[in-house]
Amino acid sequence: MKKPEPVQVIKQRRDAALAELVGGIPFIGFLGVQFERRGDELTATLPYIEHLVGNPILPALHGGAVGAFLEIAAQIELGWQTYWPQFEAGATGPKLIPKTIDFTVDYLRTGLPRDAYARAVVNRSGRRFASVHVEAWQDNRSKLFAQATGHFLMPRL
Amino acid sequence: MPEKKARIAKQFIAAIPHARALEMSVDQVLSGRAELSLPYNERLIGDPETGVLHGGVVTALLDTAMGTAVVSHPQSTGGTATIDLRIDYMRGATPGQRLRAEAECYRVTRSVAFVRATAYDESDEPVAAAAGAFTVEGAKP
Repeated sequence: MKKPEPVQVIKQRRDAALAELVGGIPFIGFLGVQFERRGDELTATLPYIEHLVGNPILPALHGGAVGAFLEIAAQIELGWQTYWPQFEAGATGPKLIPKTIDFTVDYLRTGLPRDAYARAVVNRSGRRFASVHVEAWQDNRSKLFAQATGHFLMPRL
Repeated sequence: MPEKKARIAKQFIAAIPHARALEMSVDQVLSGRAELSLPYNERLIGDPETGVLHGGVVTALLDTAMGTAVVSHPQSTGGTATIDLRIDYMRGATPGQRLRAEAECYRVTRSVAFVRATAYDESDEPVAAAAGAFTVEGAKP
């Protein structure tokens, strides 16, 4: 049996691959979305910042910003899973991001002026199309404030 | 009083931090209809290979245009919030061009407003289409 890789080598490789995938998309930086990784599991965070507000009286997060956050979380999760075998093989270089075909957002609660989190699940990923579901919460993991389902066109690998 | 409604709608948008961050402008508001646009900005790119804006930018513009259409509707007297929003992306918006959204609030009930919208770049071919349901706050009975 092959000797397992040292833990630091694995962590460094995976973190670098994730940073490359996320860092290539300027809009993710504009919105301020960050990703945390545990093994291959990703959690997206949208740190609260005033420019995400859509209703200044309440105040509440903008529906468009929440939708964009969910779309980013879904897209990165799909890209991450798609390229995981290549990342593990140590392949670097530009990665084509799946293109959104449609995206449906369900606004369950008002987005409060604080950090939001999201996790996406790839329900089906074929050669051409993928279906991804994403859930977002703020204070309590069991109290979602938004969820979405989207279909994506897979990049030609 | 369509002019008053239009003025209120423009103030309503100007007061939204996220709309300001994306440099949205209200180009036209009529009762139940709104046209908004935003300039191309490299910081909003979603596909670095092509320079196409991220779908989230299109979502934000459509959502704001749809909300504006709701508050400008004669049967609406208050604010609004998105209940559900579906967006179909037909093609990428051409890099360097303004992104424009036309929204129409076509039905308002006591609690819900139904809205559809289309996004364009500087051509007449749609970039994305949206359908949504919004809350109606303080509607006249």
